[in-house]
Amino acid sequence: MAEDEEYEEGSEPEEELSDKQKIEIAKWFLTNSPPGEIQYVAKDVRSVLTDEHLYNMAVSEAFPIYNKTHIISLELPDKSGDVLITTYGELNETEYLDPRTAQVATVDHVKQVCTEVRPAMDEELPSPYIEEFRCALDAEIIKYVAEAYPKGICSVYCINGKDVEGPGSDFELAVLISAARHSPQNFCNGSWRSIWNVEFKDDMQMIELRCTMQVGAHYFEEGNVQLDANHECKDSTIFQSPDDCAISITNIIRHHETEYLASLEGSYLNLPDTTFKDLRRKLPVTRTLFPWHNTLQISLNRDITKEIGTGK
Amino acid sequence: MEAAMGLMRRIHPKHSETALSALLSLLPHHSSDLLSQVDQPLQVLCDVDIGKEFILCEYNRDADSYRSPWSNKYHPPLEDGQLPSVELRKLELEANDVFTIYRDQYYEGGISSVYMWEDENEGFVACFLIKKDGSKAGQGRRGYLEEGSWDAIHVIEVGPEDEGIAHYCLTSTVMLSLTTRDESSGTFSLSGSIRRQMNMDFAVAEGHLCNMGRMIEEMESKLRNSLDQVYFGKTREMVCMLRPPSEVLQVRLPDS
Repeated sequence: MAEDEEYEEGSEPEEELSDKQKIEIAKWFLTNSPPGEIQYVAKDVRSVLTDEHLYNMAVSEAFPIYNKTHIISLELPDKSGDVLITTYGELNETEYLDPRTAQVATVDHVKQVCTEVRPAMDEELPSPYIEEFRCALDAEIIKYVAEAYPKGICSVYCINGKDVEGPGSDFELAVLISAARHSPQNFCNGSWRSIWNVEFKDDMQMIELRCTMQVGAHYFEEGNVQLDANHECKDSTIFQSPDDCAISITNIIRHHETEYLASLEGSYLNLPDTTFKDLRRKLPVTRTLFPWHNTLQISLNRDITKEIGTGK
Repeated sequence: MEAAMGLMRRIHPKHSETALSALLSLLPHHSSDLLSQVDQPLQVLCDVDIGKEFILCEYNRDADSYRSPWSNKYHPPLEDGQLPSVELRKLELEANDVFTIYRDQYYEGGISSVYMWEDENEGFVACFLIKKDGSKAGQGRRGYLEEGSWDAIHVIEVGPEDEGIAHYCLTSTVMLSLTTRDESSGTFSLSGSIRRQMNMDFAVAEGHLCNMGRMIEEMESKLRNSLDQVYFGKTREMVCMLRPPSEVLQVRLPDS
């Protein structure tokens, strides 16, 4: 990583860092913040930098990146729903489309709030033909997310072919699910993000799905332990009416996400006796505590083992 | 400094080296505080005389050279590098020998080094280090881990003997990371570090090594347990809060 080298060069105390390097370092800390912790990191970065100007430069660049990577959700000012901060809904640096309410939210990235909302213009929205598929899928996904994720926010975007007027052309939707839990008082934060790309292939009358799921958790009471898990998968189904598509796509998503959760559980269950054992055993190979009181004996045994070892 | 430690507490453990060098360059006047309060993954060097690897840390460093516990020589060579007293060196040698066996029994591989030096108050300090690569490409015997590392640092301050009793103060840090990867479940990675302290008084009749060893063994088991049960457990609880597994039952029942 080029950034690493930069830091190492700068680690010579005689060498004064340039403002540009300081901003880069500040941005690096900010964009690498764990889920839900960028505000805390920003506070620390501010006191480490001791330069308001540099700090403001760094946050204005880092927050949009962080907010989009973490797909954070912000409540609309009129409380009519939440908008997801994602490249899929990004109209410009501060404006994000909420396809469900056909509104555009103006966002303050650093404060992580929505400041204004306006109705979307016609050219910002998909054609009625596409909207029928999008809207039907959105309705099914809302039901699924409500039952599976206690704090889940979801949205369905048209990311390709939004002006297609009728059968005969391909188009692509994206289903985003973002669930976050922040409980700093319990020293624990986490987030689940799924991105489903749903390609409607008109000529083959098929729908192809690609998914990336990312799960992160951070526990930091007297320590710092983080979970990072991610998984990719693919599936496909047949092109049908908007309502039937919505149901079959949602079933596929539910199936894969449920399977993935089960495999995460499996990875945790494997930890104590298999995975962790390759780092350090719970008990020595002898299955008794180490005989510290008798180290002379150990040394002797060791010599014997050595001899046997060489005898092999 | 407080803010710097706050950042270290939040940054992903896999980035801790980059984070530390970034902080060192931002806060050069705090460099000694940072280096003493932030633990870093252990580095290894080969003792060319003996052909055996040893672990590097602040405690066997003099200028830019590191003393090997096997040959007692500095690498790269250093004319007047600090050495422990003859008596302490004897204990150090014995500790290295015994700790090698201890490490083999618990870790089934890995590297260990023990360093000792006199301190100002008539006692001494000992530093026990273990580094294990548990990946399937490394020394993971079961081959479950795509990537896996365990670094343990135990520093024991041993007070002067008083009526046959000595005070032992142990500070231990474990840094670990493990990653599994496969087609059906993707990449699963846990990493982190914790540090704990333990104070004990022991009769020195059985010897310092015996007392230090027992403390380290107890501490390592405690740390391993709390990483496994508490720390990993908390991240698992978080996953279950994000997407409760009860839904697994609800969905599967109609199918069966």
